[in-house]
Amino acid sequence: MSTTTTAPRPGTPQPGSTRIQGSSAKPVTWKIPILLAALGLVAFVFFGLMGPNQTAKFGISSAGDFFQLPVIEVPAFLAGIVLSVVLLGLAGYAVYLKTKSQHVPRWLPIAFIVVFVVAFLIWLVGGARTPNISLAGLIAGSVTLAVPLVFGSLSGVLCERVGVVNIAIEGQLLGGAFTAAIVASITKNPFVGLLAAAVAGALVSVVLALFSIKYLVNQIIVGVVLNVLVSGLTGFMFSTVMQADPEQFNSPDRLPIVDIPVLSSIPLIGPILFRQSVVGYLMYIAVIVVWIGLFKTKWGLRVRAVGEHPEAADTLGIKVNATRFWNVTLGGAVAGIGGSFFTLVAIDSFTKEISGGRGFIALAALIFGRWNPIGAFFAALLFGFADNLQSIVTIIGTPVPSQFMAMLPYLVTVLAVAGLVGRSRPPAASGIPYVKG
Amino acid sequence: MVRVLKLELKGITKRFGSLLANDHIDVVVEPGQIHCLLGENGAGKSTLMNVLYGLYEPTDGEILIDGKPVTFRGPGDAMAAGIGMVHQHFMLVPVFTVAENVALGAEATKAGGFLNLDDTRRKIKEISDRYGFDVDPDALVEDLPVGVQQRVEIIKALVRDAKVLILDEPTAVLTPQDTDELLDIMRQLKSGGTSIVFISHKLREVKAVSDTITVIRRGKVVGTAAPGASTTELASMMVGRSVSLTLDKEPARPQETTFEVKDLTVIAPSGQHVVDGISFDIARGEILAVAGVQGNGQTELTEAILGLQERVHGSILLDGKELLGRSVKEVLQAGVGFVPEDRKVDGLIGTFSIAENLVLDLYDQSPFAKGIGMSPAKVLENATSRIGEFDIRTPSGSLAAGTLSGGNQQKVVMARELSRPLRLFIASQPTRGVDVGSIEFLHRRIVAERDNGTPVMIVSTELDEVMELADRIAVLYKGKLVGIVPAGTSRDVLGLMMAGLSPDDAAHADRAHHDGSLDDGPSPEPSTSRAEGGDHD
Repeated sequence: MSTTTTAPRPGTPQPGSTRIQGSSAKPVTWKIPILLAALGLVAFVFFGLMGPNQTAKFGISSAGDFFQLPVIEVPAFLAGIVLSVVLLGLAGYAVYLKTKSQHVPRWLPIAFIVVFVVAFLIWLVGGARTPNISLAGLIAGSVTLAVPLVFGSLSGVLCERVGVVNIAIEGQLLGGAFTAAIVASITKNPFVGLLAAAVAGALVSVVLALFSIKYLVNQIIVGVVLNVLVSGLTGFMFSTVMQADPEQFNSPDRLPIVDIPVLSSIPLIGPILFRQSVVGYLMYIAVIVVWIGLFKTKWGLRVRAVGEHPEAADTLGIKVNATRFWNVTLGGAVAGIGGSFFTLVAIDSFTKEISGGRGFIALAALIFGRWNPIGAFFAALLFGFADNLQSIVTIIGTPVPSQFMAMLPYLVTVLAVAGLVGRSRPPAASGIPYVKG
Repeated sequence: MVRVLKLELKGITKRFGSLLANDHIDVVVEPGQIHCLLGENGAGKSTLMNVLYGLYEPTDGEILIDGKPVTFRGPGDAMAAGIGMVHQHFMLVPVFTVAENVALGAEATKAGGFLNLDDTRRKIKEISDRYGFDVDPDALVEDLPVGVQQRVEIIKALVRDAKVLILDEPTAVLTPQDTDELLDIMRQLKSGGTSIVFISHKLREVKAVSDTITVIRRGKVVGTAAPGASTTELASMMVGRSVSLTLDKEPARPQETTFEVKDLTVIAPSGQHVVDGISFDIARGEILAVAGVQGNGQTELTEAILGLQERVHGSILLDGKELLGRSVKEVLQAGVGFVPEDRKVDGLIGTFSIAENLVLDLYDQSPFAKGIGMSPAKVLENATSRIGEFDIRTPSGSLAAGTLSGGNQQKVVMARELSRPLRLFIASQPTRGVDVGSIEFLHRRIVAERDNGTPVMIVSTELDEVMELADRIAVLYKGKLVGIVPAGTSRDVLGLMMAGLSPDDAAHADRAHHDGSLDDGPSPEPSTSRAEGGDHD
């Protein structure tokens, strides 16, 4: 190849070839700025202008603490104005960035959420009949309510990271709850119940894994069917077995709350971190272990490779479908443990549909948390907070009808999944069965 | 450290159902050789290599290493035996770093299963230094250009101590310059004691680098050749009959310009400007070929013209009328014929019959439509005449289009698009995955359409095809038009343009290169080298 031709001959001008388009053609996604601006306005009108004229009181110490921190007193009207102006400022900054065609940094929506929640809380408490709330209790309660969500979303992380969509989290939670109750009742030992819950969750997962991995049935459909199946099965067993002899079959002992001496008396964080049930401690351990496992170990590298590019994993001698099978099974066990929370920690008996759709909220937490165990944990915490707020607010008596408060967790879910924290990218092969060749 | 390894494939047979993909293939790869498997797309080369790499189990036959028979249950076994493979479609996880990709499957660990990527980084650096690769172990693979990704693949194999490296169509995604660098790397690897199995259908590259050539046709070894064999000889072995590699076409007689694109910009959902301010025009009776490495905006450009892209700015004028903003149907009715780049995805409905596929654009018009019904007789009648005219090899027009070979499927698409009176003809990758026999036919039809006085736009990533068909060549790089050059511009200059150099810079760089280099002899025919782009020797 040594054709020495030839500078390109003249006569073929290309006026467009070197031009760079002005910024008018630049892409602008207005989703986040518009959403933030709308929420900011809502905050300004309701929390600010129409804000209550009381002083909201937040207790941050509980009775048994080392030392008592003073109660925080906030004039609700003033705080509402100030905070909503901050919110509008954040929204304005997002709009400004968009006009400059820059991406909204990740901290911005997160900061927005935090400020919004604070403003909302002050408004809510300030407008209550008894404007007094224990912040420590509120947060501790949120963590407690988030426990099954966290386990559920961890299950989702384990499954989706390996390429299988787990819609059956709800069924796994429910199966875990039921099995924990019945086994703990029969054996009179809640720890055996806990173990049995894990096994039950894993069994639900095995069905999912078998059908979706081996028989290539659509993963979503298998998941949905499993939810219905588990719901029907536990409902049937509940009315035929448990209700026939609740003494024998539906009265598990609760798992004890373990107080870690000294540490649990630290104000605010003591009750959150060091006054938990066994399941609560397991939750913290599970989040950390799954995170380290996924991102720091050989196992995790392989798992993520299988979920992102199974062909590549296969050509390197990694057994794709086996990896998927075991991960999905493990995910089921994790969700099963989460299910035991309902019957061994929250209350001491099983009722129909006791999981109440939390498996689906866990799925939302998984997406909100960007398929990351730690992200999912915080997302679950937010949903748990909304859930808890609902019950507390009913007690202190606020102007908001409790039915509306009951909607809150789901409203938060919708907003979150609609992309408040930017576009998230699922594992590339999630939901796609792997067939060799 | 050099452990040489002799690899023999004896009587390898692989059947998929009734399809015989490999039929008693014997190949011997001598240690330290570059052994080329030459064959058309679909000849069974990749299948053979997947058997060798343990991805498929052979129906019959055996693999011998240094005379000893071995069985591979999976790629792990093949790698352990010293065989590495760089797949045509890279097997890299895009969201992983280079180090993570290289480590995957053979991870160095600290106690407790924790990854030890430092070890991997060190190895990557070692190999990079030895072969002069410039690879950052901590870069995300999705951010790397394809040429570098390919090096990562090679590193992956070398880290695993591959003694035989299989390269499956490695140049398909590369610019000519990247290709030349790859050929150099192959020679270097060879001198380092690594044997290479080089799979290709590009004669120029095969002749440039091989020690031995085995030609495969329809799953059988049809012969071996020395790299000194002429291109015509190799081509006829590959195809099974003598083929003419050059297209006889009259010089273009451009008439008035009827198709004009001005300042066209296409924005992808990601916000990236995938087509960025492009302007060009095509006259009636002229072929403009759009060249460029895959993924530089060609797909979006053709789709924008057809109305398949959402966020498009600029202007597209056909016969003085604006096409932009009109529906696909209106664009087709304006007289645009369009052959999409992936016939299986966008060109055909595989489960529909050939006859139905031939009227996908006209099904609602007379004579095929009758009120709300269709006239199957007319559809079949139409099919019969098209099948004859386009030499579509099928027993019947009522067979499913998906059952046809790639070449015949492409003829169906082409027949449909050329059956309307056209004011503009766009063909994207018109001969990708098509046998050489059909290529000839398709090329002739394209030229015939030009001679009918239609402006023709060809998009191809195969430089050979571009040089063969074009009257003018437009080169795209990262969504921008690098320049438009006349037909006959040298392969080297085009290659540099495909890497983003402006036509003038490319010509300069090319001249400088030739002044200083010894390995290229003078070519007898300066600018008319076509199908195979001239010979290397």
